[in-house]
Amino acid sequence: MDWDQEKATATVAEFVRMPGGLLPALHSLQEAFGYVPAEAEAFLADQFNLTRAHVHGVISFYHDFRREKPGYHQIKVCGAEACQAVEGRDLLAHIEKKLMVGAGGTSDNGTFSLDVVYCLGNCAAGPAVMVDGRTYGRVTSQRFDQLISIAQKKRLQQGAEND
Amino acid sequence: MTDQKSTQASTRIFIPADTTALSVGADEVAKTILERAARDDVAVEIVRTGSRGMCWLEPFIEVDHPDGRVGYGPVTSADVASLFEKNFLAGGQHRLGHGLVDLMDYLAKQDRVVFARAGITRPDSLDDYMDHSGMTALDAALEMTPQAIIDEVKASGLRGRGGAGFPTGIKWQTVADAPIDAKKGDRKYIVCNADEGDSGTFSDRLVMEGDPFMLLEGMIIAGLAVGAEKGLIYLRSEYPLAHQRLNTAIKILQDDDWLGDNVAGRGKRFDIEVRLGAGAYICGEETALLESLEGNRGQIRSKPPLPAIEGLFGQPTVVNNVISLATIPAIIAAGGDAFAGRGTGRSRGTMPFQLGGNVARGGLVEVPFGLTLRELIKDFGGGTQTGKPLKAVQVGGPLGAYFAEDKLDTPLDIEAFAAAGGMIGHGGVVVFDEAVNMAEQARFALEFCAAESCGKCTPCRIGSVRGVEVIDKIMAGVDTAANHMLLKDLLTVMEDGSLCAMGGLTPMPVKSALDYFSVDFEPAPRKPGESL
Repeated sequence: MDWDQEKATATVAEFVRMPGGLLPALHSLQEAFGYVPAEAEAFLADQFNLTRAHVHGVISFYHDFRREKPGYHQIKVCGAEACQAVEGRDLLAHIEKKLMVGAGGTSDNGTFSLDVVYCLGNCAAGPAVMVDGRTYGRVTSQRFDQLISIAQKKRLQQGAEND
Repeated sequence: MTDQKSTQASTRIFIPADTTALSVGADEVAKTILERAARDDVAVEIVRTGSRGMCWLEPFIEVDHPDGRVGYGPVTSADVASLFEKNFLAGGQHRLGHGLVDLMDYLAKQDRVVFARAGITRPDSLDDYMDHSGMTALDAALEMTPQAIIDEVKASGLRGRGGAGFPTGIKWQTVADAPIDAKKGDRKYIVCNADEGDSGTFSDRLVMEGDPFMLLEGMIIAGLAVGAEKGLIYLRSEYPLAHQRLNTAIKILQDDDWLGDNVAGRGKRFDIEVRLGAGAYICGEETALLESLEGNRGQIRSKPPLPAIEGLFGQPTVVNNVISLATIPAIIAAGGDAFAGRGTGRSRGTMPFQLGGNVARGGLVEVPFGLTLRELIKDFGGGTQTGKPLKAVQVGGPLGAYFAEDKLDTPLDIEAFAAAGGMIGHGGVVVFDEAVNMAEQARFALEFCAAESCGKCTPCRIGSVRGVEVIDKIMAGVDTAANHMLLKDLLTVMEDGSLCAMGGLTPMPVKSALDYFSVDFEPAPRKPGESL
C-alpha cells in the first residue's frame, strides 16, 4: 500500500506518548502498509520529536523492518545451526530455486519475499520455515512445494472472493 | 480452547498447541479426530494444552484414562482412522502408542521443576494453573518482606538462565538497594528477556506458549522483592504465538486483579506489558535490549553502570531471562533450599536443556546440573536422527563451542563447561552427524556475527567480516600457514577488544572447530590446471 499520511497518523497515535514507543510504532506501520515506506522517516521524526537521522538509524538497524514493498507471500527460512544440522542449507537452495528469488529478495513478479532468519525456535523439529506468519517443521523440499501451492491456492480463492 | 462435543461421558483428548506441535500438523489432527468422532457419534472433548516437550513425538496426543493419560505420537491425520479402530479412546494398543505418559522414560527420568505443568494444563486457563499449585508462591510472597523473598532466591543458588549465569538473588538485592532516580522517573523495572535467539533453544518459547502464568507470577514476585511496579517482556518477533498467549494471560490476570493497582487485593501495584523485538539477535544482550525498549538502535552500552543500578530509562532494573523468572514461583513455594539441594558444584537446581538438530529424540529435558553431555545426548536424545556417527555438538547457542566425541563426558555444570573451553549458555544442545563440515560451521559463526553485530566495537563489526574472508582464503589454499596465524590473531583481538559476548565469544565456536576438527580446514585438492 502506498503512503497515506492520515492512516499513518491514526496508526501511530497510541505510541507517540509511550516511553520507547518508536519500535511499536514501526511495527504497527509495517503491519498497516506491509512495509515501512520512505515517507515514514520524516513523519515519525515529526511525531516523536526526534531527528530524521535517529529514525533512519532505528529503521535500518532492525532486520524486521522492510523498506520496500514485500511480495504477496512472505517466506522465512531458518538459517541457524539446528536447522543446518538437518540439511537446512539444501532446503534453502531448493527454495531459492523453486521461488526464483535469492535470500533477502522479492521475486520479479512480486509473489514471494524470501528471508533467512536466525532461529524460529523449532530446533527439535527442523528444518523450519515460516510461510505467511505460520511456522512449519520437518520441512522437506517436497513438503515445501506443497505448502507453497496451498498458500497460492488460498490467495487465488481470496482474490476470487474480492472480485 | 475447548471444543466440547458433549458434556456427558465424553473422553478428553489432550493435544498440544505450541509452535512445534502446530508446525507438524496438530490442528489438522484435532480436526480429523473431531470429524471422525462425529461420524461415529462418539463423545470427545479436545483440550488444547502446552507441550510436554517431546518434540520428536509431535503431534503427541494424550487420552484420559482411569490410570492416567495414555500417549500416542507422532500422529498425523492419516493415523486417526486406525487409532479409532484400535480404540485409542479407551487407551487401546497402537503402533504409535507409548502407554501411560507419566511412565515414559523420557519424562520419568527428568526432574521437572519449571516444566512441571508443561503439557498438562491449558495455557489460557487460570483455573488449570491454580489447580496445579499456581499462584501459591505469590500468595506466600505477599506475606513475606521484600528482603525475605530476596533471601529465599539467594538461598536457592539460582543463576541467570539466559547464559551469563549471574546469581539472581544478588542482582535482585542490588536493584532493591538502588534508589530511584527521581529526576528521570518514579519507578524501578522488571524486564524479562524473552529474546531467545540462540539456535537450538526453545525453552522460553515452551514456557510462554504452554505455561505463561508461571512467568507472569515470577515477574510479580520479582516486583514485590525489589519494589518495582512495572514489568516489561521483551519478546522476539519470531514468536507470534507466544505473543498472543502472553497477552491473553496478562489480560486474564488484569481482569482478576492479580495485576494492576491492587495486586491480589493487598494494595501493591504491578503491571506487565509485552514489547516486540524486531529480528535483531544482539537485543538478547541485556543493555542492547534496554536500548531497544527505549526505542533506539539495539546497540550495547558499556558497563558500568550496571542495569541493576541504571537500567531502563536510567532506573534500577532487573533484567532476567524467562526461565530465571519462571523458576521463581517454584523456589518461593518450596523454599530456596529445596532448589539448592539439586545440582552440582556452584550450578544449583535444575536446568531445562534443549536437544535439537540432528538428534533422534529432540526436546526439552529438565534435569539437575551434573549429568554428562553424553548421557543427555545418548540416554535422552537417542543419538543422531540419521543414525550416522555423531561428529560434533554445539552447546550454548551460536557463540558456544563445538565439542567432538571425546568431550562428551563433560558434566553439564557451568564451571566444568567453562574449564573444557565451552559454555552451557541457555542450555541449547545442537547435534551434528558426520555430514557436517566444520570449516563451514566456523565460517558461519563469523558470518552470523557480521550480520548481527551491533557495530559498536570494531573488532566485532569488522573482525567478523575479515574472519569470513580469511577462512575463505584458507579453504582456497592461499597462504594457509600465514592465514591460519592471521585468523588466530584476529580471534584474539575480537575476544579481547569487544564489549559484549557477541564479539567476545564468536571466536569460541571458530576456535573449537579449528582445534578439534582441523582436518576439515584442509583445502580440497585442486584439479590439475584449475586456477584459484
